[in-house]
Amino acid sequence: MQEAFASALASWPVHGIPGNPAAWITTTAQRKLIDAARREQTRREKQDSLRYETETAWSTLEAEFEEATMHFPDDRLRLIFTCCHPALNGEAQVVLTLRTLGGLSTPEIARAFLLPEATLAQRLVRAKRKIQEARIPYEVPAPAHLPERLVAVQAVLYLIFNEGYTASSGTELVRTDLCAEAIRLARVLCELLPQDTENIGLLALMLLQDSRRNARVVDAELATLEEQDRSLWDQAAITEGVALVEKALRLGSAGPYQIQAAIAALHAQAGTPGETDWRQIAVLYERLLEMNPSPVIALNHAVAVAMSEGIEQGLSEIDDLGRSGALDHYYLFHAARADLLRRLDRIGEAAAAYERAAGLATNRVEVNFLIRQLERLRKN
Amino acid sequence: MRYMMLVYSTVGPDGLSAEEAERIRSGHWKLMEEARRKGVLQGAEPLAPITTATTVRSQNGKAVVTDGPFAETKEHLAGYYIMECKNLDEAIEWAAKIPTACHGMEGCIEIRPLPGLSVRSEADARAGQAAALNG
Repeated sequence: MQEAFASALASWPVHGIPGNPAAWITTTAQRKLIDAARREQTRREKQDSLRYETETAWSTLEAEFEEATMHFPDDRLRLIFTCCHPALNGEAQVVLTLRTLGGLSTPEIARAFLLPEATLAQRLVRAKRKIQEARIPYEVPAPAHLPERLVAVQAVLYLIFNEGYTASSGTELVRTDLCAEAIRLARVLCELLPQDTENIGLLALMLLQDSRRNARVVDAELATLEEQDRSLWDQAAITEGVALVEKALRLGSAGPYQIQAAIAALHAQAGTPGETDWRQIAVLYERLLEMNPSPVIALNHAVAVAMSEGIEQGLSEIDDLGRSGALDHYYLFHAARADLLRRLDRIGEAAAAYERAAGLATNRVEVNFLIRQLERLRKN
Repeated sequence: MRYMMLVYSTVGPDGLSAEEAERIRSGHWKLMEEARRKGVLQGAEPLAPITTATTVRSQNGKAVVTDGPFAETKEHLAGYYIMECKNLDEAIEWAAKIPTACHGMEGCIEIRPLPGLSVRSEADARAGQAAALNG
């Protein structure tokens, strides 16, 4: 399964084809450490400013902090639960969390979501105004509400992780920090609710994806999972990730993050692409499909079938998916088709599919990847 | 801060059986009692059914009167609560307890902060409100 697809498919929210395209990968290879420091400074300022706004607006809250029954050493948790409050819409949650906890500047967030900066600034203003005017409390939810509030937080953290993950090309130190930040927050969530298996699954998934960070970029371009030098994979992260997956699955209930983490673990444990347990991966995708019948996951399943049972079979499954026409504008559908056609030596059809995919893809790195595949086909 | 909870329902009292109507009525009563006991209730009233609505609009500077609600919607305003809550989460807790009347379907509650009257202080505004309630 190619890295570009793996990363994109993994980054889509589990609830299907997203309205917003994948994170934009900057092409500038050089970001100085001073940039990282500036961002850290900005992050601290924004965190303080949000806290200032929320705290000073309501002096009664001060008293509440004293009588809080749960004491959280990590102030960021209070912030993230506030940023991810259900009274804020999804976009506001992400933007607010990224701005106050992720240390991203407004232009960077705007680029990531392919939105004009003014639109994004407006979203931030409206979100903060909602917090103030409706008095969304600056606190961690009471135990009774914690589980449901956690789901929103998990989603936001995973989005942040993917912003960093898909942006980590070349010497993007800042973006690596973003992954580290997401992982750190995921760890805190695990400490907070150790019995919540999806927290464990989320952390495991992040660690396992992140373990590939040093192998993903070769000559400023994304290397596919097949092409990656696996000796560069972070074995410590893999060991921890795999252990967490096993721990979560032992605790019983399996959720989407855990399943995705289990799939990532299977990839991570394969010493070479040939050793990948595609059959198990196909089974896991079937389970994931039961929880969430999204076309993306169905595509993933078809690819796993192709790799485990036979390319023809996988291709016919993909063609079945395409019959309804619902995936016609989805570049990954055509890219997956193209890849399988290529493996079957149906070069003409593969080329046509790559072209279609490249025409539909919006992420520049992915477009480049597809064009490269096309060129490779033409050379042979 | 005061919040208004707007109670939206898809079924008017006419569409309910006597049993259901009674169940909802006593549900509201119990809630009002609890809220009053805790000193948070500032007001609560049902609205007469949607069939009694009249809309007034301005057209060319004149008042135009029509029968019915301002818009034909599936859900209509059935009543309201006003409660003093320390923050939105507390308001949500109360709102979640408000019985809403629909056959097997729950209605919904819209929560809106009441920012208070600009001219007077909040305390004055509340005093005025209380006076109006006790009339």
